[in-house]
Amino acid sequence: MAAAAFYDLEGTLVSTNLVHTLGFYAKNQQGLWRSFRKSAATVLSLPLFAVTDQYSRKVFNDLFFKRYRGETEDRLRFFADQLFEEVLKPAVFPGTFELIEKSRSIGLRQVVITGALDISVKPLMKHLNIDEYVANRLEFVDGVATGRLLPPVLAAATKASWIRTYAEREGINLSDSFAYSDSMSDLPMLSVVGHPAAVNPDMRLRQTALHHNWPILSLK
Amino acid sequence: MSLQLRRKVHESIVYIDRDSAPRIVASGTDFLLEDLPIGTRVIYPNPPLKGLPNREAAIRYALNHPHDSDPLFAQLQPGMKVTIAVDDISMPLPPMQTPDIRQTALEILLDMLAGHGVDDVHIIIAISLHRRMTTAEMKRMVGTKIFNEFYPNRYYNHDAEDPEGLIEIGKSRHNEPLRINRRAAESDLLIYLNFNFVPMNGGHKSVAVGLCDYESLRAHHEPQTKRDSDSYMDPAASELNRKITRLGKLVDERLNVFHIETTVNSRMFGPELNFLTKNEDDFSSFDRMKFEAMRFGNSRLPRAAKRFAYNQLTSHYELIACHAGRTEPVHKRIIEKSMQQYVIPVEGQCDILICPIPELSPYNVNSSLNPLLVQVMALGYHFNMYRGKPLIKKGGVLILHHPCFDEFDHNFHPSYIEFFNRLLPETRDAFVLRDKYEREFANNPSYVEMYRRGNAYHGSHPFFMWYWGENGRQHVGHVIAAGAENAHVPAMLDWERADNLTEAIAMAKSHMGRSAQITMLHQPMIGICDMQ
Repeated sequence: MAAAAFYDLEGTLVSTNLVHTLGFYAKNQQGLWRSFRKSAATVLSLPLFAVTDQYSRKVFNDLFFKRYRGETEDRLRFFADQLFEEVLKPAVFPGTFELIEKSRSIGLRQVVITGALDISVKPLMKHLNIDEYVANRLEFVDGVATGRLLPPVLAAATKASWIRTYAEREGINLSDSFAYSDSMSDLPMLSVVGHPAAVNPDMRLRQTALHHNWPILSLK
Repeated sequence: MSLQLRRKVHESIVYIDRDSAPRIVASGTDFLLEDLPIGTRVIYPNPPLKGLPNREAAIRYALNHPHDSDPLFAQLQPGMKVTIAVDDISMPLPPMQTPDIRQTALEILLDMLAGHGVDDVHIIIAISLHRRMTTAEMKRMVGTKIFNEFYPNRYYNHDAEDPEGLIEIGKSRHNEPLRINRRAAESDLLIYLNFNFVPMNGGHKSVAVGLCDYESLRAHHEPQTKRDSDSYMDPAASELNRKITRLGKLVDERLNVFHIETTVNSRMFGPELNFLTKNEDDFSSFDRMKFEAMRFGNSRLPRAAKRFAYNQLTSHYELIACHAGRTEPVHKRIIEKSMQQYVIPVEGQCDILICPIPELSPYNVNSSLNPLLVQVMALGYHFNMYRGKPLIKKGGVLILHHPCFDEFDHNFHPSYIEFFNRLLPETRDAFVLRDKYEREFANNPSYVEMYRRGNAYHGSHPFFMWYWGENGRQHVGHVIAAGAENAHVPAMLDWERADNLTEAIAMAKSHMGRSAQITMLHQPMIGICDMQ
């Protein structure tokens, strides 16, 4: 039976997080004033993002993606390549390619599950040579973002349920599969596979990994 | 009877009689005082041979008077590519007080290379599948000057998982592949600087194992080879040594190797702790005072602090021989010298062997001794420290003394944890473990990354530790873990458990009879029992 390696993306394979992407789009608005206003709003929201992320990933997502309200789809797509070149590509951890290559060499399917936006991660997935990935999708009405995400919203437990569904559909043995994440919010995703590992973990996940005797990796 | 028992058969062997002093028994980070039954034979390390008075001169002499080879200076040409490979921190134990012999030898070598216009020099630590040494350890080993000049681009750890950094140099006549470090293989001259601490090390093992990859290693690091080695600490009777020599001959055919080998005496501790290797009957008042002070301090400290203090210990070994040139004649001379230091003639096997386990092993430097390492020290290293036949009779009882903490170092030994908790409950059969799981662990991407980027032992390393204990497991009838603080670790390893040494001896006698001959290895020690 086949097995897979499931990766969280931001903080795990690359050093950036969702806020870097939002910040990039904020500073690339039409006109200086708009860019300044959006960037300032993003910076001022940082404490709120930090607190809500600690509280609940769902609440965080509800708040965070509202910042995209009013962005046009073509603009987000247009800047995706530039975002990749300027922000995401330099942020790939040195050990990322080795880890993916080693996993691939032992026959594991490579799957990225990320809470980032599908538009922004596509070039990065190509760069990492990963064909299978699932990301969050913004809802657009008449080409304009509403600030809401289309279901299923990938965060915390939904990542785990997506993995279970995927495994059933593709005939993947989860006991032989691997999962990698940097964040405590991905504990469900790490818990559904036989070989979980904490990558560059935050304090809470590090403690959990130590408690469960999971490997702790640093790709930096 | 006691007069007869007191008769000295050898300066390193003492028989316990009615008025003998209690003996110091190492147990993890503690040192206990135990009364042993009358008639017990206690084996101590041999007293240290006299160290060479000027080790720099000895090293220079060896470089200029090599065996079966031109002197090193005669082999050097400006612009040539030279790699110096050195042994890692796993030897000696405890780590040597600075300057380490490797630092001294490297300073001499690098001076000589620079004087002959050789600038393209890399220093590679031949870790094989051991953990990468940390930056601080690397600095301590070679000194600040060399470290600042060479680290990180020209002084680094060997990487057995770097596909670009390895090259297959061929196969032995038994079709065993040998893939080694590319930089070392492609150098005009490979200088291997070996620190020989136990007889199974050094010689062809240096390049053929120290710089190889997993696939090359697994050809000989396997249970059958261990079973066929009687023992692997006796090179002449070691199947492991024979296999590695085959690969070493391949290295000699393909590479230009200049082999430098050093060995040291048994002066493990300086004046402050040398009572630990001394016959307790000969203790002075000051020795007793030092021991009591240490015991008092230990009894007040938490485990982490004791372990920290333990890891600060440094050894006071002195160089007793240095030879250079072609690998085989060099190694032969070094083994002769180290055997002169280590060999203890012992008459008659014992029924019960007491083997205290101090927190000292090649695999837990700056870390803790986890259950698998306790196993490898008892049934691997100390069991195999013999020539001729084992110190303990077939079917005898081995009593090890260690708390058997269920503790693993997550940074250094991550794959050990899975091996212990997932595999051992299923099987302890080394052959099954090798066939079913060894490759899985070796190729586990998490363990590979932790080996390459962190400081973890290779994913396959716990298997090799298990195989090291294969001879001991096959030979002894029972293993009793005295002083084990829990029941599940001994149970997992198929050992019996006793609260203390007295209880363990009583249990052992119930297996071996009341007149069983008891022998204790006085740890810490390195000695080869030459069985008469």
